[in-house]
Amino acid sequence: MIEHPAPLTRVELARLVARDIPPNSYVNLGIGQPTAVADHLDPAHGVVLHTENGMLGMGPHAHGDDVDPDLLNAGKTPVTELPGASYFDHAQSFAMMRGGHLDVCVLGAFQVAGDGTLANWHTGAPDAIPAVGGAMDLAVGAKDVFVMMTLFDKTGAPKLVRECTYPVTGLRCVSRVYTDQAVFHLDGDRVLVTETYGTTMSELSARLDVPLTTAP
Amino acid sequence: MVEIAPDTDTAVRGIAAGSTVLIGGFGPAGQPYALIDALRRVGTGDLTVVNNNAGNGSTGLAALLATGQVRKIICSFPRQVDSYVFEELYAEGRIELEVAPQGNLAERIRAAGAGIGAFYTPTGAGTMLAEGKEARVIDGRAHVLEYPIHADVALIRAHTADEAGNLVYRKTGRNFGPIMATAARLTIAEVTRVVPVGTLDPETVVTPGIYVDRVVVTA
Repeated sequence: MIEHPAPLTRVELARLVARDIPPNSYVNLGIGQPTAVADHLDPAHGVVLHTENGMLGMGPHAHGDDVDPDLLNAGKTPVTELPGASYFDHAQSFAMMRGGHLDVCVLGAFQVAGDGTLANWHTGAPDAIPAVGGAMDLAVGAKDVFVMMTLFDKTGAPKLVRECTYPVTGLRCVSRVYTDQAVFHLDGDRVLVTETYGTTMSELSARLDVPLTTAP
Repeated sequence: MVEIAPDTDTAVRGIAAGSTVLIGGFGPAGQPYALIDALRRVGTGDLTVVNNNAGNGSTGLAALLATGQVRKIICSFPRQVDSYVFEELYAEGRIELEVAPQGNLAERIRAAGAGIGAFYTPTGAGTMLAEGKEARVIDGRAHVLEYPIHADVALIRAHTADEAGNLVYRKTGRNFGPIMATAARLTIAEVTRVVPVGTLDPETVVTPGIYVDRVVVTA
């Protein structure tokens, strides 16, 4: 395990996730913070980005004359197309996810349980409009589900928990959790801490209600 | 045979009150704005609409919702920064909402067009969106039984049609179009142009004309 002196900024967290995406993999980046991971992928590594609305080989955001109303990402933002791109319909796009063809997806989360159960789609508040999009399909479908989030919410409550209190997105599906204070590898039984940032194992163990193991 | 309609009002004629209407598009891309506007002008009511979203801004699907013609919407993601029309209707209890995971929504539409009775999927298993549905463990993994969405009408947007109703799409505007075309008894496509038979390369046709009933050229 590696201990780093300071917590990660959002940009540093995105860079860290990008570092751990294997070269030549097919990857879906969720809406919101995960989208920023794309800025840190080395083009030489040949990572191919999937967008749920029917495209592989998605390029950076489009600006000016490059904006095309028929070329959007999952957040409905205009994007560009890279050489080697392909288009397909929605059933195929989600078959691609569900069928286990995507190597990695990166998602945000409200909570992740120690067994990898994910809650990221609905607060469960009575007046909240439920909206799931592709979150449940990605959670069960990608070979590896990476979560990036802050380790604690605004009230200081941990988001890596023994059991999710928010409505769940998928059961035992998350393999890694990247946070501002530590990186966790989840194998279904154990929570391995591989790196800490501005905190220590003893502090983490005291603040999290999840048994932690130190990675060798 | 496919009918090339002279205008959108002609293209949408005969849609009955109470119909289930599949509407293509993912946000603005692939959304058949002209056909939606025509359906709004005709005023057909008590509709169940299936779309990925619940309208953006105040045009297209959002404008149709605003008239009160839509009784129920089946979608995956109704809550967006500019989905204020839907949010107001929903808060007032004036529209019914069924939320489905996006891949299940797509596969239910595909299944309807492909004659599948129902299917087990891992997506949503163990979540509140699976409550009340049949569940089964297959190969050690939880699955949930999902049923097809059959529709009376599909309104879709493609890029080019030929006179046989074969369709090609453009970029991410394709999205739900090809599956929705297969799942309705009456499929109506708006396109930017209609070309003579024999013009489209048969290898590049995405939606074969067998699925398409009416085509109309719009801007």
